[in-house]
Amino acid sequence: MKLSIERAVLLKALAQAQSVVERRNTIPILANVLIEAEGATVAFRATDLDIEVLDRAPAMVERAGATTVSAVMLHEIVRKLPDGALVVLAADAAAGRLAITAGRSSFSLATLPREDFPVMASSEYATNFAAPAPVLRRLFDKAKFAISTEETRYYLNGVYMHVARGPEGTVLRCVATDGHRLAQIDAALPEGASAMPGVIVPRKTVGELRKLLEDDEAQIAVSVSETKVRFATPQVTLTSKVIDGTFPDYSRVIPQGNTRKLEVDAAEFAKAVDRVATVSSERSRAVKLTLEDDRLILSVNAPDSGAAEEELAVAYDADRLEIGFNAKYLLEIAGQVDRENAVFLFNGSGDPTLMREGNDMSATYVVMPMRV
Amino acid sequence: MPSLCRDCLTLFPAGARCPACRSPRLASHPELTRLSIAHMDCDAFYASVEKRDNPSLRDQPVIVGGGQRGVVSTCCYLARIKGVRSAMPMFQALKLCPEAVVVKPRFPAYTEASRAIRAMMEALTPAIQPLSLDEAFLDLTGTERLHGAPPAVLLASLTKRMETELGLTGSVGLSHNKFLAKIASDLDKPRGFSIIGKADTESFLKDKPTKILWGVGTATQASLEQAGIRTLTDLRRWDQRDLIARFGQMGDRLYHLCRGEDHRRVERDEKLKSISKETTFFEDTSDPDLLDGHIWRLSEQVADRAKAKALGGRTVTLKLKTSAFQTLTRRHSLSDPTQLTDRIYRAAADLFAHAPKGPFRLIGVGISDLAPEAACDLSHDLLDPDAEKRAKVERAADAIRAKFGHEAILKGRALR
Repeated sequence: MKLSIERAVLLKALAQAQSVVERRNTIPILANVLIEAEGATVAFRATDLDIEVLDRAPAMVERAGATTVSAVMLHEIVRKLPDGALVVLAADAAAGRLAITAGRSSFSLATLPREDFPVMASSEYATNFAAPAPVLRRLFDKAKFAISTEETRYYLNGVYMHVARGPEGTVLRCVATDGHRLAQIDAALPEGASAMPGVIVPRKTVGELRKLLEDDEAQIAVSVSETKVRFATPQVTLTSKVIDGTFPDYSRVIPQGNTRKLEVDAAEFAKAVDRVATVSSERSRAVKLTLEDDRLILSVNAPDSGAAEEELAVAYDADRLEIGFNAKYLLEIAGQVDRENAVFLFNGSGDPTLMREGNDMSATYVVMPMRV
Repeated sequence: MPSLCRDCLTLFPAGARCPACRSPRLASHPELTRLSIAHMDCDAFYASVEKRDNPSLRDQPVIVGGGQRGVVSTCCYLARIKGVRSAMPMFQALKLCPEAVVVKPRFPAYTEASRAIRAMMEALTPAIQPLSLDEAFLDLTGTERLHGAPPAVLLASLTKRMETELGLTGSVGLSHNKFLAKIASDLDKPRGFSIIGKADTESFLKDKPTKILWGVGTATQASLEQAGIRTLTDLRRWDQRDLIARFGQMGDRLYHLCRGEDHRRVERDEKLKSISKETTFFEDTSDPDLLDGHIWRLSEQVADRAKAKALGGRTVTLKLKTSAFQTLTRRHSLSDPTQLTDRIYRAAADLFAHAPKGPFRLIGVGISDLAPEAACDLSHDLLDPDAEKRAKVERAADAIRAKFGHEAILKGRALR
């Protein structure tokens, strides 16, 4: 195999490969990227056995072929090369080396045979549809903060993507929860998606997927089976196993009868929460909200370290309410609101609280209070 | 040289016998009346309690320990002459000393004796740091005016009271810091009274092996030997910076300890870092029901202790020892600290479900990353709405137990 490729193109293609490979892997080949050159294209493939990313880039292929080499090391080399350099990759199968030359720099990296590289078994995708990148971006970005890191509840370690009945008909829905907060984000159902099986997309995949969604104009081809999910742009294909588990029936925990309504400027609210939480030394960081007559008092009382209080003008005309929350949860939830006011719907001080962005019914957040 | 009679507590300037009672049991040291940090260690504590409570055992070698495959927890001095040591497997101990009487430990009796000794110490100073049931550090600095006698006299009176009122003997080490006091108490066991003064610290430590230093076990000893350090004299040749560079924080500690410097205070209560309970089975088992019952009971004991101490833990640990003596520990971090049996049990049972299969000879449950009660169990779980109900049930059961005793109400699970 021998090819030449522009440094910037190569760097971009390798960036995703090196983030997929496991750093501390005990199986050496999994630290490698598979490079396949044919026609006018070079493809880079990396996997951790759960996720596989395939990145294609245009290149001048002198001699077709394939090899595997350390993804991290190759990425580092290319990153340190000067901008605008033309990089030549030449594999010497007999010596087991890949030569990398650019200008007056030359490197030689150990290779492993391509036959040893595990290629993820292709599967039959029952559902295939296309979705605009901004739609998927919103679905996953707004849900991912609530993904659980608890290993024992592994079925919460991802975003549950499925078809659901929303207030205005059938929607494509993403839900994530860790038992303390929950995010439910809806989008118009793309054509061809109605029969999609619900899948739990793992946290790492959500992170990798995000890199495919930067281009506002891009259409993402989505393929879903019971066990795998695939997101593809013309250059990049991201294939991932889904979490083998059952996502809990989240609809039961979304409160329906919360009537005490608070409307507040989300940015002002977040800043105030952040300020008062400064004095809290506990990791639980409880913030108390006292609501009465268009006034919201945020307070923290940490016996060991100090106290803080801030008052905000808000819209609230229900009965007086005192309720406590984890400051971090409040900040994260308020951070999801882009333009509108944050609308909180409370019930009692021990009941789950609902949050919406203005009148937008397509995003629902739930947060559990804590005793203060 | 100032001397103290340990029998009648008379202080006198010099002599080989007490001028008052003619006893030869003296403690003499130039700094006798100036030292105030002490370590008191009971002599063969469990065995002594057994001999006291059953005088027929008095002249027989006694080993306290037990179970089918237990180890020696304590043995009396008669058994020690035969080579029996604590932590020795029982079969080996009995091979060395076949005539020994093996007694099962009676912890309530030891706890009671320990409390009585503690009360005697409390009468001398509030600065007591118990290390276990049978040993403690005492800081008697500044108590001389209050008691009208220097610390040495108070300590001699303590062991005397222990002998006359409780029938138990102890050995005292008196020095100017904890490290040296602890070494001193071991020099003249049993019924000992040893003193290491400031002036003789250096000559005392000279050429002692490194293993007498606090915190130096087999592993550290080996790495010290690799650096050519066998004795404290070797250690003193090292520059402080070189020791730190080679041994990290330990190096800094070694630098000071080998010079007899130890600035640790006698802390009344060492801060608790974790709460755990474990149990060894009579027979190895892999029966999931049986083990589940144990996990519940252990969780309950841990939770009871946490509640008594007004603490909770953020991390739940499950410990398993396999038949092959391999120890496995699995831990799980909770979203917020807990002191509830229900939450500890659920986390531990879940860890057990994911652990390798048995058979096991030991199982343990613990909590760590402790937090005050006020920070525990504050938030509820959206996906487990019944958790709050179970917490209320547990609090109600606790209230019933507090009134009617521990057995008044039990979970069926606890009977498995």
